[in-house]
Amino acid sequence: MNAIKIEILGTGCKKCQQLEANAKEAVANLNLNAEVSHITDPIEIAKRGVMSTPAMTINGKVVSKGQVISAEQIQPLLQR
Amino acid sequence: MFDAFYPFDWLATQIVTQLGLSISSHLGSSLHFFLYDVPKVLTLLIVISFIVGTFQSFLEPERVRSLLEGKRTFAGNILAAMVGIVTPFCSCSAVPLFIGFLEAGVPLGVTFSYLMAAPMVNEVAVILLWGLFGLKVTLIYIGFGVGLVIASGYIIGLLKLEKWVEPFVWELQKSRQTMPLEDEDTLEPVALTWGQRFEQGRFQSSEIVRSVWLYVVGGIAIGAGIHGYVPTDFITQYAGANNPFAVPIAVILGVPLYANIAGVMPITEALVNKGMPMGTVLAFTMAVTALSLPEMVILKKVLRPQLLAVFVGLMTIGIISIGYIFNAIIN
Repeated sequence: MNAIKIEILGTGCKKCQQLEANAKEAVANLNLNAEVSHITDPIEIAKRGVMSTPAMTINGKVVSKGQVISAEQIQPLLQR
Repeated sequence: MFDAFYPFDWLATQIVTQLGLSISSHLGSSLHFFLYDVPKVLTLLIVISFIVGTFQSFLEPERVRSLLEGKRTFAGNILAAMVGIVTPFCSCSAVPLFIGFLEAGVPLGVTFSYLMAAPMVNEVAVILLWGLFGLKVTLIYIGFGVGLVIASGYIIGLLKLEKWVEPFVWELQKSRQTMPLEDEDTLEPVALTWGQRFEQGRFQSSEIVRSVWLYVVGGIAIGAGIHGYVPTDFITQYAGANNPFAVPIAVILGVPLYANIAGVMPITEALVNKGMPMGTVLAFTMAVTALSLPEMVILKKVLRPQLLAVFVGLMTIGIISIGYIFNAIIN
């Protein structure tokens, strides 16, 4: 099975770091094979059509923006 | 007028007199200043940032963008400044917002009005102004600040400075128009429950308080010292209304102080009590929040230096004028 690609979009403020930690927690809880990367370049963020950070993409799809969602909220998104 | 902070005042007075000090003595007045300001400012910070954080979750930038699309005129700048005040805004999303707005066809000047309203009416600055100088000064500050942001954006729009936006932004816009994001690429945002909105508010509130409380307490301690011990003539002589350079100097000093406004404002409170004019303080506050260096560095990614210079120039002239106008009106 291919690794799930998760991207955290945000220039590195507290909220983005929190979201990244939550995403990693969700991955660990579900015991999934996933790769979490953090995109800090604002231009890359804009290219994904996101205007409010922190945001998250799963396999290139924007699933959340402008808020810190918890590991419990991320888990169902990963299982789809 | 009804004073919501009266209990803090009463309590501070009680503590000072219980210690056997007179409120009018040097030490007594310093201590009263400190004991009154610290709980007042911290309470305001916690309560207001919680409320703002909770309600901001209603205003997504996407919604604002569609509100502003195609608005060309002066009205667009006014609307942009109004929504800019209340939009959730982390300085790290300035560039994605800027690109996203231009991509959707929001005019450059209107985008600028929107982008600058949020830092100008920065919530920490507004809370501190309210706590330290009262509601009237705060409303005047917001009024002048929003006016400046509308005017600057309008002028940038008139000057047709689109050529000084980095070309890749326009290329992105073209590619986005030929190949719009497919619907399935973005999900409808998860509907938030009230519990989650309160949680966002709580998160925001604790972040703000954690990052500024030390500056607030430190600044108030220094302010308390000035309040009790520095003679009034000293301030009036150097930073008073008859020193024509006070306003520009305050603006220049303000620019590098971005993160520390929480520590510096309580000091200005003590200086105002000693005769420093209010317009100088307002100009200083605007310089700290609206002309921050980190913000400039971020915006440099999408703006040519010429446009950045026009923008900084407009804001600087505006802020200094506001300082002079205000000093003239009040005296």
